[in-house]
Parts: sequence; structure tokens; C-alpha cells
Amino acid sequence: MDSSAPPKRQLVIPGEPIDARGLKPGEGTFVEDGKVFASQLGIRAEHQGYVDVIPIGGRYIPRTDDEVVGQVVDIGPSHWLIDIASPYPAPLHATESPWRVEFGETSRFLEVGDAVLVKVFNVDETKRVQVTMRDRGLRRLTGGQIVEISHSKVPRIIGKGGSMISMVKQYTKTQAFVGQNGRIWIDGEVGDIVNAVRAIHMIDEHAQALGLTEAVEAFLEGIYGKRGA
Amino acid sequence: MSNEVIADLMREHIVKLVQSGRRVDGRGLEETRKLTIEKNYIKTAEGSARVKLGSTDVLVGVKISTGTPYPDTPNSGVLTTSVELIPMASPTFESGPPRPEAIELARVVDRGIRETKTVDMEKLVITPGEKVWVLFIDIHALDYDGNLFDAASYGTLSALSCATLPGKMVGGVDQQLPVDHWPVSVTAAKIRDKIVFDPHLDEERVADARLTVATDENGDIRAMQKGLSGSFSYDEVRYVISTARRLGNGIREIVKA
Amino acid sequence: MEDIEHFEKEIQLVDGTGRRLDGRALDELRPIKIEAGVLKRADGSAYLEWGDNRVLAAVYGPREAHPRHLQNPSRALVQCRYNMAPFSVSDRKRPGPDRRSVEISKVTSEAFSAVVFTEQFPRTSVDIFIEVLQADAGTRCAGITAASVALADAGIPMRDLVVACASGKIAGQVALDLDKEEDNFGDADCPMAIVPRTGEIVLLQMDGHLTEDEFDRATKYSMDAAMRIYELQKDALRRRYAVRALEEERAEPGVIQ
Repeated sequence: MDSSAPPKRQLVIPGEPIDARGLKPGEGTFVEDGKVFASQLGIRAEHQGYVDVIPIGGRYIPRTDDEVVGQVVDIGPSHWLIDIASPYPAPLHATESPWRVEFGETSRFLEVGDAVLVKVFNVDETKRVQVTMRDRGLRRLTGGQIVEISHSKVPRIIGKGGSMISMVKQYTKTQAFVGQNGRIWIDGEVGDIVNAVRAIHMIDEHAQALGLTEAVEAFLEGIYGKRGA
Repeated sequence: MSNEVIADLMREHIVKLVQSGRRVDGRGLEETRKLTIEKNYIKTAEGSARVKLGSTDVLVGVKISTGTPYPDTPNSGVLTTSVELIPMASPTFESGPPRPEAIELARVVDRGIRETKTVDMEKLVITPGEKVWVLFIDIHALDYDGNLFDAASYGTLSALSCATLPGKMVGGVDQQLPVDHWPVSVTAAKIRDKIVFDPHLDEERVADARLTVATDENGDIRAMQKGLSGSFSYDEVRYVISTARRLGNGIREIVKA
Repeated sequence: MEDIEHFEKEIQLVDGTGRRLDGRALDELRPIKIEAGVLKRADGSAYLEWGDNRVLAAVYGPREAHPRHLQNPSRALVQCRYNMAPFSVSDRKRPGPDRRSVEISKVTSEAFSAVVFTEQFPRTSVDIFIEVLQADAGTRCAGITAASVALADAGIPMRDLVVACASGKIAGQVALDLDKEEDNFGDADCPMAIVPRTGEIVLLQMDGHLTEDEFDRATKYSMDAAMRIYELQKDALRRRYAVRALEEERAEPGVIQ
């Protein structure tokens, strides 16, 4: 939560040594001469016996099970190519879609320019990624708006247990999906979408500030009145 | 200018928003973005200005030297305008020779200076037929978020307004480059049947047509350029002209400062 | 070339007390300012002032390498484009790459290839753009120093930042960080880029005349200065991402309705 004082997080710079006592080197780190260093600009974090550097900024790098908002950029006879704002576009095979797609019939279901909700289900060592649309809730998106923010701000937009994004949705009576890739889909009344987007930009800009939740709530209250009133 | 695929749903959303008189960044349809201009930004140029129009960022340098006039205009200085859409400004800009968009932009800005006699080329003669002032206007796009036409035009006018003719090239003192007029361009984009001013990147990508109008300090029309493949009605053109005049007056204050 | 009329008589680059033309001591750096994250469209960027040099660096990537035949199936390409704006020098430079820019682009790409973890992104390209907006000698060192910050800002995984600095010889004496006049009328110039943590040299060029002993002293000047510049690079990144309190945990999947 915002109001308590979380430990001061030091930004680490590529090439800086990292304190890794008793921990194994995780993501965003590398080992040289038995010592652990940061390979990326980010925040040092510990998780399950590993020391990681959580990257700040830079492109979204897909991980298995990430749910993301993507866009169809190309079509083949048995697959679509989805741009998920990462270094590589991701293929969505016809067999990973919720439909029965005949060979060569892919454009009947999804066209270039369509926005989709998909899940990353395969990342191999060469960073090739595949996505699927066969899980609950995954689908082609219609209506609404897509906002892009830095993927590193996604945890802040979602909030602890989803509290931040839930608050925005409740006040503005919108539907929203926050993709791990920093793309957020919002749908509802046009005016409400505008307000939800403004709230999201507020969180994006002031992600590091204390008291952010209160500030966002005050902003939304100013437009909609008290929640549940 | 941008070839990036824009999601259809974003296109529809922008259109829907605009129909209700709103824009994605919260502006009104006739509202322009924040404009900041820093003159004399580059010491190695005889005149320069860095312009930020929203997040669109353009740096214009004016280099002045002496040279021979063109044979068919012996009593006129020489002016050349070029635009570089450098790759850092957008993932859609590639290095290489200027694309049609860059050339169109350079020519429109050039006409806006030359044909308006913003700089009177006949005042740039040192020795008729032999030696004249030679001006190079170089427009460098640094960050592209829509509406390069206006950003480039404000940058050019600002850079010219603080430019000096280097005295040491003629054995004399530095002189202010004479700027006689202040044409200010304002660009509008037509999205379905609505018109928005100072389009940002996403609006440009979904626009059907674009119209740039430059008006001067007397309210007269000095330059116009229509782009993209849609069309305007005559009433729409008159509406853009009168709005461009009104908005231009406010912008002129910032450019002249 | 320069206004040679000024320098017909012998110019004294170092006076009797060891002061240079701009007042610096032989081992003194020009003032340097760095800012990270200054552009909107690029994945990473940095602006740097070094004496009268002003450079802008931007990074896009890792992104799919085009054309496809250039792709490397096992690692990322590191491609740098160094370019000087036409107004960045006293005598206007024609737009487009010249041979000097192509050479600097090549050696800079190679310098960064030595530190970027290219094997993490096969088939992609990390594209680095260095734009010199105002030049006063040492632009390739300024460009590399800025590009390192831009690479970190873009989240590109690296073994370390890269820092560059040049030393040379003027009036027979070894000197750090030559400016334009010193470079034009001095006896040697030796730009160098290093990996600060390990001292590895990833770029080294030299022209002029140095004894081995002079080279050792020049290198010591450059490497000591590089460590000070390294602190400025890190400071620029820390200021950009001033983190006071932030829980950066792995987020839960987005909530769907």
C-alpha cells in the first residue's frame, strides 16, 4: 500500500555489482568472476531464493502465461501474426484459436488491424514466442480504446490485489483489461473512457509517488462523487 | 507519414470521440498543443530554434554564407530549405534520401518563407550579379508525434527571426537578418466529417484529409497546402481559414517573443 | 576549413603557466551535462552537452532486423548511425552520410557490440542513432557516452556502460579532451572508449604523432577522466528514474470482465 513506507529501492545500472549473499543469480543479472552484476537498468528484488533486477523501461519481454493486448499485423493460411509490443511479433496458430479454421480461411476470423486479447504460452531459448486465444476471457476486442504505457508500470496500474484498476473501473463504470505488455483496453461510455484514461495517465506519470492511490481516488471523486453514494 | 498499423478499434474510438467533440488527449477540436520555442539554440548556426509542439520536437538551423546568385536572378539572395526526417524521430523514418513527405514539407515551408517575402530575397544582395547572401534552412525532426508542418514552420520563422548576417564575411559588422512578415501556419485534419486542429500522431493516422493554412499579421492568407486522399467542402475550407487566422494570432505572439 | 585569416601567426595553444586557450589545465575536462530519457518515440534516449558539443542519442530495439538477410540467427545486430546535422559546424555540412560519418558509425557499432548481450535477442537489431546538433571536436566521444545512457534507458542488457574520452598532444604537451582549435592545430588526438568496470578498451583511434611514453600519459588522462564521466552517466539515469519507494513485484494477471 502507499501509506506505509516501503523499503527504499535503489536503482541499479548495467555493470553495477549486486548484493547476492545467499541468493542465486536471477533475471536481469549476470555472473563474472564469481560475482553478480546487473545486466539491465532496474530495481534489485529478491524472489524465491533468487536475486533479480526488475527492468525499468525498455521493451516488454514476453514471459509464459502473460496475458497481453495485441494487434494483428499479418495473416498466413494457418496463422496470424500478432504484434505484442515486444521485439518479436508472435504467431497465433489457427489451432490455438477458439474457432474451427479451415486452411486458408484465417481472414474470415481475424483481419489485419484487429485487436486481440491473447496469452503467451511458449517462449523458447531463442525468445521465439507463441500466443494462444484458447483460455477463458481471451478474444477479439471490439469497441473501446487502447492505451499504451511502459510495461514496468503495469503493477502500479493493477495495484495490490487489483485494487487500483478496480477503483478506476468502479468509478468510471468501464471494463478494462491491463495487459502485461503495457497495453490497456478500456470500454464503456465515451466520456467515462476519457476519464479512465486520464486516471491511468496520472498513475503512469506519478508511479513512484507516495499517496498515489489517494490522489487518484480524489481525482475520480471530483468527477463522479463519492463511491457508492 | 506513418505506416504503422493502427488498430481498427483505436481508429473507431478516435472517430467516435471526435464526433462528440472530444479528443484522445483531452483537447477541444480547435485546441492546439503546448508550444515552446527556444531561440538561438545552436551556436554554430547563424540562427536557430528548437520547437516543441506537444511531444513533436523539431530543431531548425539557419546557416548563412556568401556566394554567387543564380544566373537568372542576379539581384536576389539564395535560399534553400531542406528537411531531414531522421530515424530517431520515429520508427517509421528510415535513413536514406528524402522521401516524398520530407520533400513536400521542405517545399511548403520554403514557399511559406519565399513567396510571402518573409525574407525579402532582394534585400540579400551584396554586389548585384556577383555576391549575395546564401541562406540554408535545415529542418531536423527529432521526435515525431504529429503535425510536423506547423512545428517546422514555427521553427523556421523563429530561427530566421533571430538570425544574423555574419559581418566578417563582408568586412563589416553583424546585422540582423531582416524579417518583414510573420506568416503562421495552422494545420487541420478532417476525420469523417469533423475537423480537428493541430492533429497528433494517432489523429494523423486516421485522418481522411489535411489542410495547412498560413495567415499573416494582417489576417491575409499567405499559403495553403492540402494533403492526404480525402476531400474538403468549400465551407470546410473557409472554416479552416478563419480558425487558422484566429489560432495563428495567438501563436504569432509566441514566435515573435 | 576554419577562418584561416585569424591564425596566420603562430597560435599559442598552451601558455607559460600551462593554461590552454579556454583557460583549462592540461588535465582538465570541459563541462559535461547529461540527461536521460528526453524523447517520446524512441525506446531510450539521452541528451549530452560536452563543452560546446551538443549531441542527442536514441535507441530503438531490440526490434526485428530488416532487411531479413541481415538478420543473425543467433544474436542481435548492433547498428549505429552517427550523423552530423547540417548546422552543427561552421561551414554547413550537406545532409546525408559522408565517409567520416560512415567510419564513426562502424567503429561505434563495434564498440557497443562488445558489451551488449546480443545472444539474448537473436534475429533482432539494436539500432543506435547519434545526432550531433553542435560540434566542437570530440563528437564521437560525446556520442558514445550519450548512446550508452540511451541504451541503458532503453533497457538493453549490457555488461556495463561504455564511456569515451579523447586525449592528445598540443604544443608538444599531452592534454586531455581537445577542443576544436586544439584538434586543428595540435600534434595528436587519440579518442578511446572503455568499459569502466574492467578497463577494457572497445574503441581506439589515433592520428598525429605520439611517443610511447606520451601515449601512456594520454591514456592515463583519458581513463581517469572516463571514470568521472561514468559517474555523470549513472547520475543522469538515477535522476531520470528517481525511485523513492516502489513495490516492483510480478503483477497478477489483468482482471477481465
